[in-house]
Amino acid sequence: MVQGLSGLASASSLFLVASGLTVIFGVTRIVNFAHGSLYMMGAYLSWTLVTALPRGHLGFWGGVLVAALIVGVIGVLIEVLLLRRIYKAPELFQLLGTFGVVLIVQDVALMIWGPQDLLGPRAPGLRGAVEILGVRFPLYELFLIAVGPVVLGLLWLLFHRTRWGTTVRAATADREMVGALGVNQRMLFTTVFFLGSVLAGLGGALQLPRESVNLQMDLAIIAEAFVVVVIGGLGSLPGAFLAALLLGQLQAFGILIFPKITLVLAFLVMAVVLVVRPHGLLGRPPASAHAAHVVEPPYPPATPLARNLGFAALALAVLVPPFMGEFALIVFTEIAIMVLFAASLHFIMGPGGMASFGHAAYFGLGAYGAALLAKHFAAPMELGLFAAPLMAGFAGVVFGWFCVRLSGVYAAMLTLAFAQIAWSTAFQWVEITGGDNGILGVWPSAWAQPKLVYYYMALVLCVGVTLLLRRAIFAPFGYALRAGRDSPLRAEAIGMDGFRIRWVAFILAAIAAGIAGGLFAYAKGSVFPTYMAIPRSVDALLMVLLGGVQTVSGPIVGALAYTWIHEQLMRSFDLWRLFLGSVIVALVLFFPQGLVGAAQRLTERRK
Amino acid sequence: MLEVEGLHAHYGRAHILQGVTLAARQGEVVALLGRNGAGKSTTMKSIMGLVRPSQGQVRFEGRDLAGREPFEIARAGIGYVPEERRIFTELTVMENLDVGRRPPRPGQEAWTEERVFALFPSLGAMRARPGGRMSGGEQQMLTIGRTLMGNPRLILLDEPSEGLAPVIIERMADAILALKRDGLTVLLSEQNLHFARLVSDRACVLEKGMIRWEGTLEALMADEAVKQQYLVA
Repeated sequence: MVQGLSGLASASSLFLVASGLTVIFGVTRIVNFAHGSLYMMGAYLSWTLVTALPRGHLGFWGGVLVAALIVGVIGVLIEVLLLRRIYKAPELFQLLGTFGVVLIVQDVALMIWGPQDLLGPRAPGLRGAVEILGVRFPLYELFLIAVGPVVLGLLWLLFHRTRWGTTVRAATADREMVGALGVNQRMLFTTVFFLGSVLAGLGGALQLPRESVNLQMDLAIIAEAFVVVVIGGLGSLPGAFLAALLLGQLQAFGILIFPKITLVLAFLVMAVVLVVRPHGLLGRPPASAHAAHVVEPPYPPATPLARNLGFAALALAVLVPPFMGEFALIVFTEIAIMVLFAASLHFIMGPGGMASFGHAAYFGLGAYGAALLAKHFAAPMELGLFAAPLMAGFAGVVFGWFCVRLSGVYAAMLTLAFAQIAWSTAFQWVEITGGDNGILGVWPSAWAQPKLVYYYMALVLCVGVTLLLRRAIFAPFGYALRAGRDSPLRAEAIGMDGFRIRWVAFILAAIAAGIAGGLFAYAKGSVFPTYMAIPRSVDALLMVLLGGVQTVSGPIVGALAYTWIHEQLMRSFDLWRLFLGSVIVALVLFFPQGLVGAAQRLTERRK
Repeated sequence: MLEVEGLHAHYGRAHILQGVTLAARQGEVVALLGRNGAGKSTTMKSIMGLVRPSQGQVRFEGRDLAGREPFEIARAGIGYVPEERRIFTELTVMENLDVGRRPPRPGQEAWTEERVFALFPSLGAMRARPGGRMSGGEQQMLTIGRTLMGNPRLILLDEPSEGLAPVIIERMADAILALKRDGLTVLLSEQNLHFARLVSDRACVLEKGMIRWEGTLEALMADEAVKQQYLVA
């Protein structure tokens, strides 16, 4: 009973955040990764205001409301400066661009409020508790339970009883037509973003009396909000409400029954819902989500220049290391691994045209596959390196079977969900995986202990597998994959099994990522859940996008550039998130075709 | 009132409009005729800004609107009724009309829901019905009514008779003639020559992205060669 009530209270705050996210998506078709950051800002700002203002009702409630409004203004700034320029970009760029904002906000919050958890005052007038069926239950929780339905009701009135709301609903269905009727979409989008941001800010501010304010709030809530929005159906408010209730209860009771897998449970429900109802419980297939399907031009064979550059790079990678120090060798090994990791993601994104926001799952599962064997069976490295692709490939078989059925935002969300399942398993199943402490002592066999030997082994494996993937792109299988990407109906009409082809591609990519993960585990000597966390998936995406999705050599260039930049940043800046976030935002805004794509356009123009 | 000059438009690499030039005077009903794929809809969309013209001018009441955004063009006084109707299916009749509402020019008699219902009486009987649960003819009336709520002075009608029963087509023709009597200028694209003849003053015949023939409907009906070359499928 009490569990159920506290589940309802969590559902309310979750609904506030998710409702903003879903309203924003409905109209702008943007999945705003930074929505969790707005929530976090709401919590921090209300902490500042409430502690600064005089105590009492006005100080507290005024502080909460003002904080929500300030968050609304911040949201408007984000919309005007960034999102407005990328409404027509592919979904992955939008996810990535808003993730850049997440990083920036994290460091800004760190600068302003410091790293320690902040505790807010309790709400005046709601400090006590009431007795329900013999158990004391905090009044504030009851208040929160009421907030959800009240906000849902107010939003319903706003959307059904005002002309602005009617216009928003019309734009959710067909925004181009709304524009042709004289509605300024820019103003509409900005006001919608304001509303969504205020809701996120309010959700965060209302958490103040409940839990401490900290820098991890943003990613924690955004993952749950994504799940709620996707289960409910992107763009559907009642759906979000329903899903928030479902998830709140699931977590409240999950703690009683399966304390170890509460996180997994949420994502599992989402995966099941998406497979049964691909557009969520109350969602509809998007009416005219994006402009006409773009057919990518065929990949040109490598030019002599590119070929020579490739050989030169490889020659450097082979000849220089014997003269390098240990640290440089470690960096080189890591770069070789990242090249393979990026190439494996590129394989499904570029030729496959599928969006993956959770590729780290396969990298991490490869690493864990090796490490678990080493820890529990004292297996040697050779066996571990064999187990890595096996484990990742197996996950690719299972997860891929679900993921390749969906496309666009839904596919990105589902891949993210599976990665979160893998991550939370590693994080919560402490007996087996060591939880947050990871698994230590994953060392290579004696012969491969010297850093130079290990480097050469990694180089051979990574370059070899990368070349195999490249070979597959130019083989009949690759042609079929690209045919399915560019015109799925025509490809099916000439007898190609699009589902099977994409599934195989997904599995191959998972296997390749698993090899990279296994090599990474032995290179580091340890594995941690962070290998599978969202930032690692974003790393892979950045490498691919930095190089250019629709180029074959892009992921290689991207991995080289990204790993190097990342290394430099981490070493020389405390605020590397701020810097990396800015780089991501700049990349999304100015180099949507990546470095190699931009270089190709330059050389084409010169011709 | 409307002068389109040398309008070019592309879809990707396909060169759809190759220099369309046409004009409509105040209070005139001009029919844009031509086969499927001749460029009728693209001409309409380019005037409206939904397809960005790659070259050429769209002058409306003396202002050049080419390259402007659709909402600016709508606010300048051009209404657009798309071929696919694009009713907001979740919204009721009243709500659909509400989305189209724009303030009138000073001195212009404003369109209201009641005035739309006077023009299309059957809509008045289903004010609370969602757009998705209406017949094709009713949707066509609603989409015209929705555009009229914006108080346009020129209205672009893309194939208003398409897929409608003959009785409804007659009623649609009456409505267009009523709008003409009110002083509205109409540019309509049509495949149905019979319908075009009922309402239009003049015809422009489009083929492969260019205007090939221009004249009165009577002259067109008499000219078997032009009909054969550009209109008969």
